[in-house]
Amino acid sequence: MLSKRIIPCLDIKDGRVVKGVKFLKLRDAGDPVEVAKIYDAQGADELVFLDITASFEKRKTLVVLVEKIAKNIFMPFTVGGGIGDISDIRDILNAGAEKVSLNTQAVKCPELISDASARFGSQCIVVAIDAKKQKDCWEVFINGGRTPTGIDALEWARKAAKLGAGEILLTSMDTDGTKDGYDLELTKALTSCVPIPVIASGGAGKLEDFYNVFASAGADAALAASLFHYQEYSIKQVKEYLKQKGIAIRL
Amino acid sequence: MIAVIDYGMGNIHSVAKALQASGAEVLVTNKPEDIKKSDKLVLPGVGAFSDAMVELKKFNLLPAIKDSAAKKPLLGICLGMQLLFDKSQEAENQPGLSILSGDVVKFSSKLKLKVPHMGWNNLKVKAAQCPLLKGITDQDQVYFCHSYYPVPKESGTTAACAEYGLEFAAVVWKNNLYGAQFHPEKSQTVGLKIIRNFVELC
Repeated sequence: MLSKRIIPCLDIKDGRVVKGVKFLKLRDAGDPVEVAKIYDAQGADELVFLDITASFEKRKTLVVLVEKIAKNIFMPFTVGGGIGDISDIRDILNAGAEKVSLNTQAVKCPELISDASARFGSQCIVVAIDAKKQKDCWEVFINGGRTPTGIDALEWARKAAKLGAGEILLTSMDTDGTKDGYDLELTKALTSCVPIPVIASGGAGKLEDFYNVFASAGADAALAASLFHYQEYSIKQVKEYLKQKGIAIRL
Repeated sequence: MIAVIDYGMGNIHSVAKALQASGAEVLVTNKPEDIKKSDKLVLPGVGAFSDAMVELKKFNLLPAIKDSAAKKPLLGICLGMQLLFDKSQEAENQPGLSILSGDVVKFSSKLKLKVPHMGWNNLKVKAAQCPLLKGITDQDQVYFCHSYYPVPKESGTTAACAEYGLEFAAVVWKNNLYGAQFHPEKSQTVGLKIIRNFVELC
């Protein structure tokens, strides 16, 4: 049976792991390769690396980091942040990443999704959506949550799937950093409108939060960062809890 | 020496690293003469079927691969496994290598499943005597990331299945030919066990 996935996310800035609370305050939580090894040993199902400086600063160092990670761990990982074109995608996949995650550039240039999925296959193209609740919809934000777009998140997810995205990484800007639980309403709305897997992100604080996002919101994977980085829970603890609650989990 | 065929499609280095971690001498190459010299062959692959065949032809690798497939252990991974078959729904006008007989098809939308099939799923071992599956049980999970799967013409070719809406061939095996629809190089300890089994083949 296909298992639900638990995915630690490492935000990378200047080659180090950081986690922004609501995308603003940054704290240092260590060397990416060392953190990746710990999560590998704890039984993480995948890893996500988001280079949060990449959109604005030069990012050749990211490829070097990806190579270093791939040399040290034998598990799937996704790399995102500032990916601009097909050659960036090729560099990162060739360096050993399983998937790339597209955000700002996919919104600005949706053909990047179709071009990339035609070239490399849908299975390695993740579209990341940062969404924030507005009066009557969820709005897509780009540039690391700084720029509103006026685009409806559900419509954008449907379009991205149609263009060839293989997965959606959905971050709720309303719950991110709060530790009050995933945004179940948004996640449920989105999982039921696309035919591709959805990773829920933003707000994990307790064990039940993981259960709820799988059992009530239909997520295929749940992503968390600071919860794992600061060892409030280990991945193993989360997975054992979910298994005992009857969720399909790999232990 | 194990030749890992590099035809410009994605995740070559993870495969090479995993083979090296099992003690193999590895050469990542796109040269026919290296393939001929090798003792074993790995055909990895991330990407689209049609592009992959175009690239293999561009580097003039088809004769060397087919020749090796007749006598040496060969392991196709994910797309690399699909390429061993006759054709794929992903590329109606671009036939595969026809080293194994059968077609590659897409998970039907009628199954009402999320496609790609992405994540960790159990193997159901059908041929426990398959050398690639030594030490592998139905409890073991491996990492899948694909929208298409092979349907071998000879049912005996399927050494292990996985279930996603239906049972599909996750490991194929015929004489010296092996294929894995999942990514052993990304499947942590279970995957490395499978890689080691391939490395230890005579």
